[in-house]
Amino acid sequence: MARTIQSLERAAAMLRLLAGGERRLGLSDVAAALGLAKGTAHGILRTLQQEGFVEQDPTSGRYQLGAELLRLGNSYLDVHELRARALVWTDDLARSSGEAVYLGVLHQQGVLVVHHVFRPDDSRQVLEVGAMQPLHSTALGKVLSAYDPVAHAEATEAAREEFTPHTVTGLADFEGVLDLIRARGWASDVEETWEGVASVAAPIYDRRRMPVGAVGITGAVERVREDGELRSTLVAAVRDCARAVSRDLGAGRF
Amino acid sequence: MTDAHTAGPFIAAIDQGTTSSRCIVFDKDGRIVSVDQKEHEQIFPRPAWVEHDAAEIWTNVQEVVSNALIKARISREDIKAIGITNQRETTLLWDRHTGEPVHNAIVWQDTRTDALCRELGRNVGQDRFRRETGLPLASYFAGPKVRWLLDNVEGLRERAERGDILFGTMDSWVIWNLTGGVDGGVHVTDVTNASRTMLMNLHTMEWDDKILTSMEIPAAILPEIRSSAEVYGTAKGVLEGIPVAAALGDQQAALFGQTCFAEGEAKSTYGTGTFLLMNTADKIINSYSGLLTTVGYRIGDQKPVYALEGSIAVTGSLVQWMRDQMGLISTAAEIETLASSVEDNGGAYFVPAFSGLFAPYWRSDARGVIAGLTRYVTKAHIARAVLEATAWQTREIVDAMHKDSGVDLTALKVDGGMTSNNLLMQTISDFLDAPVVRPMVAETTCLGAAYAAGLAVGFWPDTDALRANWRRAAEWTPRMDADTRDREYKSWLKAVERTMGWIDHEE
Repeated sequence: MARTIQSLERAAAMLRLLAGGERRLGLSDVAAALGLAKGTAHGILRTLQQEGFVEQDPTSGRYQLGAELLRLGNSYLDVHELRARALVWTDDLARSSGEAVYLGVLHQQGVLVVHHVFRPDDSRQVLEVGAMQPLHSTALGKVLSAYDPVAHAEATEAAREEFTPHTVTGLADFEGVLDLIRARGWASDVEETWEGVASVAAPIYDRRRMPVGAVGITGAVERVREDGELRSTLVAAVRDCARAVSRDLGAGRF
Repeated sequence: MTDAHTAGPFIAAIDQGTTSSRCIVFDKDGRIVSVDQKEHEQIFPRPAWVEHDAAEIWTNVQEVVSNALIKARISREDIKAIGITNQRETTLLWDRHTGEPVHNAIVWQDTRTDALCRELGRNVGQDRFRRETGLPLASYFAGPKVRWLLDNVEGLRERAERGDILFGTMDSWVIWNLTGGVDGGVHVTDVTNASRTMLMNLHTMEWDDKILTSMEIPAAILPEIRSSAEVYGTAKGVLEGIPVAAALGDQQAALFGQTCFAEGEAKSTYGTGTFLLMNTADKIINSYSGLLTTVGYRIGDQKPVYALEGSIAVTGSLVQWMRDQMGLISTAAEIETLASSVEDNGGAYFVPAFSGLFAPYWRSDARGVIAGLTRYVTKAHIARAVLEATAWQTREIVDAMHKDSGVDLTALKVDGGMTSNNLLMQTISDFLDAPVVRPMVAETTCLGAAYAAGLAVGFWPDTDALRANWRRAAEWTPRMDADTRDREYKSWLKAVERTMGWIDHEE
């Protein structure tokens, strides 16, 4: 038999352990159950956590299975399937809002733009499919950080670069922003990533109610905002679009 | 759709398609207000025969129109005109006194007239009527289907000669019924649908007596040929009083909906198969490269606009084949994921000549090949080759159009389901060395019918107003260097060569 890698075997054993009867286990429980030194167990758990396969409860410090595991196997939604389902709705959002539309998913430490509809005027625009956006400052990124635990971990653990004076960088402030997003169901970015540019975005769910992506509009701050507030019609149009795509993916009415 | 800020008045378009009938209501900006759709039965009486029940289709059309109005929460007074677009070439004969079809409609895909077409070619072959009609003698077109019905339905020829029988493609059937049927329905067709019968002369825009004689079709059954955008009559029933004001075959409607109003403008619709049409203005261009010469549209009493048409038999269906027969992907969209996992085709080329090579080769002895295989090639390379096959075939048709017309393609406007495939669109742009542009409304076929109807009743003043409605949703620009493109094209052509002569004897 070919040689096997001991640390992978141990990682697999940990996942099996966490998938068993007791859902949340502390570091010493894991180490004891598998007969490992605490330091060794901690190293493996941290690696699994980084990959999204394991999550740590912030208050108790106990470990549980991570959301990334759910992405594996059947529940995995192909991003090109997502684009195909979103096509009609995002076209309509661009038409009704008069702004460019972006659809993004979590990829590594940022937002990968998987679909882009031009702003419906005759100006020259470049297709931005394949471009990356930051998680902590853009509307798409903040939606993902608020709803997807893996994105949340990426955004909270990485250094949050200050792109403009409006970028929220402090951890407590950032968590506060995410709480507000979860309460309202949508996120905004008013000159937090690019000067003069504002965006609004909302989450897309699949049939398992898993957050699989975010959709939003981006435009000049003068158009997107009115009397110092984001235009409510734009917010409504973005949320309608996100709901329509989610319905197409099989998520129930909500 | 998602918001109600659009206000009337509106135009309704009916799309009587191969698998379903749809009604879409559009507002003045060309935005979709509501959609309803219903599928009808595909009837296969024998292998390679395909029929539709025309009575079922008419029932479905009435239903989708009612439902579209209900979904839009508007009444018929808000609708200023109705436009029709339809599956082309599908052929129906019905009794003018009872309104009942004498036989199921024979669908364009049905090949029962293969032998008849060879017989009609006599010693000249399939180009016998090409000069007059722009078409080769092939089983798709309506004329031979009419002849088959007259020969095979008992007593039909006598009834037809007595003037009791009406012929029509699906546009004629829908318009006749919409405008009252046995109670004063108008029996008309438009120039685009008439150009697919093989019975109309492209130069005169009238039924060609010589061809009618050759095919033994009595003139009494034929509808009046009208323009694509004029008021044919007013509707009865659900749409009481609304002008029926446009008819266009589906591919021509897409050309119109994509606002390809200038010479050299072209659209390509990527579905199961692909249809590429290029506006050639007032020029009837005889194709020596295996393309079809057809009517693009005619607005009222303006001069007709002609088009060259090339089709690719296997595009979306190749992706479906990869999914259903090969099991390499689980959804059609995944082909892009698989293909994107590699940088190039790894030397593999896939020529999907599943039932021979079509334009510009027309070789029925060809069969599909995957060429250039080495141990290095993975399923991801094959997926890439699958997408490249659609792009190269587009290039071949564009080249043929250039050869026939001398007109350079400036940009290709695309629509249809496969436009959601970003890698495919980029590849097409790379291979054509021209921009590929997707408009914001995907439903260009229905939009074209709505546009033509709206023009006829003055809802829109002119084609410039329609152009102003056109919005670019995405544009892909070429990124491939010329050397790579040329080298790859050469390899593709070598692969194409290897498909030919696979079948020893043509039947």
